[in-house]
Order: sequence, then C-alpha cells, then structure tokens
Amino acid sequence: MSEKKLAIIATKGTLDWAYPPFILASTAAALGYETQIFFTFYGLQLLKKRLSLKVSPLGNPGMPMPMGMDTWFPVLGTALPGMESVMTMMMKKKMADKGVASLEDLRELCLEAEVKFVACQMTVDLFDMDASAFIQDVEYGGAATFFEFAGESDICLYI
Amino acid sequence: MSDFDQELDASGLNCPLPILRAKKALGSMSSGQVLRIVATDPGSVKDFEAFAAQTGNELLDSSEEGGKFVFRIKKA
Repeated sequence: MSEKKLAIIATKGTLDWAYPPFILASTAAALGYETQIFFTFYGLQLLKKRLSLKVSPLGNPGMPMPMGMDTWFPVLGTALPGMESVMTMMMKKKMADKGVASLEDLRELCLEAEVKFVACQMTVDLFDMDASAFIQDVEYGGAATFFEFAGESDICLYI
Repeated sequence: MSDFDQELDASGLNCPLPILRAKKALGSMSSGQVLRIVATDPGSVKDFEAFAAQTGNELLDSSEEGGKFVFRIKKA
C-alpha cells in the first residue's frame, strides 16, 4: 500500500480546539498515513511541556453548559472572573468521565506513531516564546517548510 | 478452543483510543493471527469497518453482546 500523507495546520490554543489536530493525526498515523502538524500562532501552546490550556464560554454561544446555563445565563456573565477556570475544570472532568483521552496522552500517541511536529519559527520569535518550554520532539520551520510536505499531501487541514 | 489469539479490552475508552490501541496490539502480532476487541464506544462500529478497509486487516465479524461491541480482526 502506497503511503498517503496528511498535513495539518494547528492554529488554536484552547483546550477544546487542541483535540482535533491530535485526534486526526494519531488516527491517520494508525491508518498508515505519514502525518505532519505545523503549529502556528496560538497552536504553539499545544507543544508546551506543561499544557495549561483552557476553554472559555465567552463569545461561544454554541458551548453546552451545565444546568442549561447556555440558554438562560446572561452572556455578560460568562465574562465573570473565575468562569474560565470553572468551565475548564468541568470540561476536563467530563472528558475523563467519558473516556476521552487527555491531550498529553494523545500527543504522546502521535509521537509514538511518528507524527512529525513542526513549530512556526516566526511565531516563536514574534511572541518571544522560550523554546525550552516546548517538548523536545519539535522541528522549527517556516511557511516554505510546511509546503515542502503539504505540497505532496493527499489531505490538508487548517484547524 | 478460542477463536482468537489475543484480546483487547477497550471498554470505557472513547474515539480514537480503541482504534489506536487496536493498531498497537496488531503491531505485536503476526500475520494471520486474530485480535478480539471489546469496546463500549458506539462509534467504534463504523470506525473498525473503516480501519479494516484502509489498513487491509480483515474484519472477521462485528457484534453486540450485552451493550458491548465485539470485533475480531485478522492481521494482514
């Protein structure tokens, strides 16, 4: 079987949006795809050794909330201090209860399956990010590096 | 005599973990051997069909036993 290729651009740095890149990449690798994820802008948070990603109900009317709060709770209320931490805690608990893997586990499964991680050098410089805060299995590159792989990919996703 | 060589209990695990665990288990088996998988994720029924179709490993059967989904996959 000739190897198919999947290229993903991960641009978001929240707990919920961190899942699609890692779920799709690990599954693709299990199906025999050669897979690469290019992390840019807020997506770079997904490469931190210590992940401290959060999920926010603020500005997200589609987010289901406990006790039907998504229907009656005032929008402004979602901006209250502590709201983000509470929602993040609840989301993590819900995921654990439902047998959804942790991000750390999924990331590790990606690495075990030889998914290649590329960090956007420009963003690292832009935000003065400390490369030592990232996990070791990361290469650094720019747009041209991404296209070198993406140009030959069968599937290309922007997440 | 059992009709499988190795068993994987993926109960309580959600997408994509049953597939990833199955892939790992198959990796340590030899061609022609059969892996039996037990899962509780309803999505795994379609997923194991798709996994078999794309990896060339044969899905021998897929059934439901008391709320659990049972699959047998023969390694290519």
